[in-house]
Amino acid sequence: MNLIQTFTNGEQGLFKPNSLTPMQKLTLRFVVIGLIYYGVVVIEGMLMRLFEVTPSIALGVEPKQFFAIMTAHPLVGIFGSTYSIVFGAFLFLVPFLMKKPLWSIKLGNWTLWLITIGTFVFWFAGFVSHYSPLYTLYWPLPADFSQFSVLGGTFFIVGIALVMVGTAFFVINIFKTIIYTPDGWEKQPGGALIKSALGLTGLTNLFSKKKKEHLVSLPVAAIARGTVDTAFNAAVILFTGVLILVYMVAELFGVSLKHSAIDALLYKNWFWWGLDLIADGLVLIFVAGTWYLLATLITGKKLFMENWARAALFIEMVVSWTVWSHHLMSDQAQPGILKILSGEMVTAFELITQGLAFFITLATLWSARPLKMSHPLKFLLGGLLGFALAVPAGIMQADLGLNRILHNTQWIVGPHVHVAVLIGLTMTLYSAIYFLLPILTNGAKLYSEKLASFHFWAHLLGGIGMGAFMGMAGLKGMLRRTIYFNGEYNSYMILAALSGSLLLLAFLAFFYNIVMSVGLNGVIGIFMPSKLKTTDLLPAEK
Amino acid sequence: MIDSNVVLTGQTIAYTLYVLAIMALMGWFAYKVTRDGSGKEIKPAIFYSFVGFLVVIGVSLHIVTHETIPWKPMDLNRAEIKADKEFHITMENHEFRLPSSKLIIKKNEIVRFNVESKDLTYGFGLFRRDNTMAFQMQVIPGHINDILWQFDRPEVYSIRSTEYSGPKGINMIVRDVVEVVD
Repeated sequence: MNLIQTFTNGEQGLFKPNSLTPMQKLTLRFVVIGLIYYGVVVIEGMLMRLFEVTPSIALGVEPKQFFAIMTAHPLVGIFGSTYSIVFGAFLFLVPFLMKKPLWSIKLGNWTLWLITIGTFVFWFAGFVSHYSPLYTLYWPLPADFSQFSVLGGTFFIVGIALVMVGTAFFVINIFKTIIYTPDGWEKQPGGALIKSALGLTGLTNLFSKKKKEHLVSLPVAAIARGTVDTAFNAAVILFTGVLILVYMVAELFGVSLKHSAIDALLYKNWFWWGLDLIADGLVLIFVAGTWYLLATLITGKKLFMENWARAALFIEMVVSWTVWSHHLMSDQAQPGILKILSGEMVTAFELITQGLAFFITLATLWSARPLKMSHPLKFLLGGLLGFALAVPAGIMQADLGLNRILHNTQWIVGPHVHVAVLIGLTMTLYSAIYFLLPILTNGAKLYSEKLASFHFWAHLLGGIGMGAFMGMAGLKGMLRRTIYFNGEYNSYMILAALSGSLLLLAFLAFFYNIVMSVGLNGVIGIFMPSKLKTTDLLPAEK
Repeated sequence: MIDSNVVLTGQTIAYTLYVLAIMALMGWFAYKVTRDGSGKEIKPAIFYSFVGFLVVIGVSLHIVTHETIPWKPMDLNRAEIKADKEFHITMENHEFRLPSSKLIIKKNEIVRFNVESKDLTYGFGLFRRDNTMAFQMQVIPGHINDILWQFDRPEVYSIRSTEYSGPKGINMIVRDVVEVVD
């Protein structure tokens, strides 16, 4: 096949979108949307990197637009990209691992389109109106109409709300899938299934001589526990959005509500409690569960220390509910006891829970030597390295002494946030995508092994390099949410931009490789209705 | 009191060594996992030792910093500590309102900065002439935001808002306004 034919029909014409089940199409749609939004995030990130070097070279970006990009960038990354890929994968994996159909494919499609449209709405509202209170929304900034357009802000919050409604539908679908009884099946023990999924069975097994059988597999348990945090997070963000909308609607009707009606510190505690359920909750739990799943799939072996892994997931869930105060260590009005217990001590537990997941995954891989260094394995090792770098960086900044000189510097967002997200989380997701690609596409072949290897090295070196140079600037006092007009940190920012450009090249190589694997017709075919009328995950074998 | 630059140097060395070690470990693991092995599982004793190691590291980090970083216990007990000097600073409309055009501090004096916001959430940080940070705190409207600091050497500092308060806040810097003298 020549290049044009491959671009049109995919590598060797192996991908046939007409052979896909509705479930395969749903999952692939989530992945395509997630990757497109990831591309948006990478381009936005590069624009900000250029702006950080010299504002004048960032393709005409003005300070107001810079902050609007800074507001949209993490939200598009988490909701538009990561949520799409993760939700798509889990809506497939939970029924796949439980060997029963998804509770509702229709609701899954609602989740997809609500997240897709919601992300576009808040991104576009920010792009047009420059609404830029950042994702932290510190009160009363989101309702400061002397700086921001009320209408732009209203659309922005509505976009976020749409994403949260889609998220709520995902939560319902996951838990219903775990407990429901499909037509023609024997009645499923819903209560016992939910206890097993939430880890209560595993926890009692640790202290009981009579061990109960686990009714759900470990990856399903991890997904269920992360989904609990997803639900709480959606509730907090929705409530906060409604609160801000009240101020916006009142302003639109000519009534300016008093900002002091809301206590800024209480609001900050409330919002960080919810927001941290993403950063320190569902991300860590989902990632640990994905590591376990990938390790067992790659090796074909049982997970090392499975009961400990289950217990650690349960502890991580409780930790995620009580850890938020490490974001308020520089808030002097925050009670000292909360700073020490929640901020320092509970946060230190993340070193333990994530360290256990790291060890258990490596030990499982080790037991199956020799392994072939496949793309899923190398990306999995990259993901493990990412969290091994980023979690200790986070533990250090969650210390009362060190936080005093690190808070809001580039250290926080470089070695901790970007290394965790880009290397830890994203490389884990890439591992899953490379592993699931042949399953979800009924045997499509990867266009180029070399491009996949380039993708790995460019992403790994670009991500670690960018995090490192941002961290070095942070240690020299560079703040994370301001603009330096006099080139104070140019040497670090040029190196970070070069590293960032490696990330962009890595993504372009990956995207090109995937498009050439399935072909343009294949990508379009994914969004066409399935011709197979089945709730089965995979087509029946001929 | 020990300078914050010294603490950051220590952190840089410790974290760099850790990064090099963990990258070397992962490189070694990636190499070895593709080579022939016995297929034996790792002994649980190694796992339990690792758990114990993580617990010790997690807890001892905060104990060590409490004993070695002087502003940490000072911050936790600041309500009981009497300051040698106190400055009351107000922030409003993206501007600092200082009690005088220069804030002069004698070396080794314990100083309390009491910062009040009249509208938005801001930050308050002192920065040296080479742009490195001495310390910072958040400034929340409707709450007391105070910090104690002891300066151990003559130096000139700028005050800068360390928290984003909208695009209007990007110029919230008062240069060379704090002076520590012998």
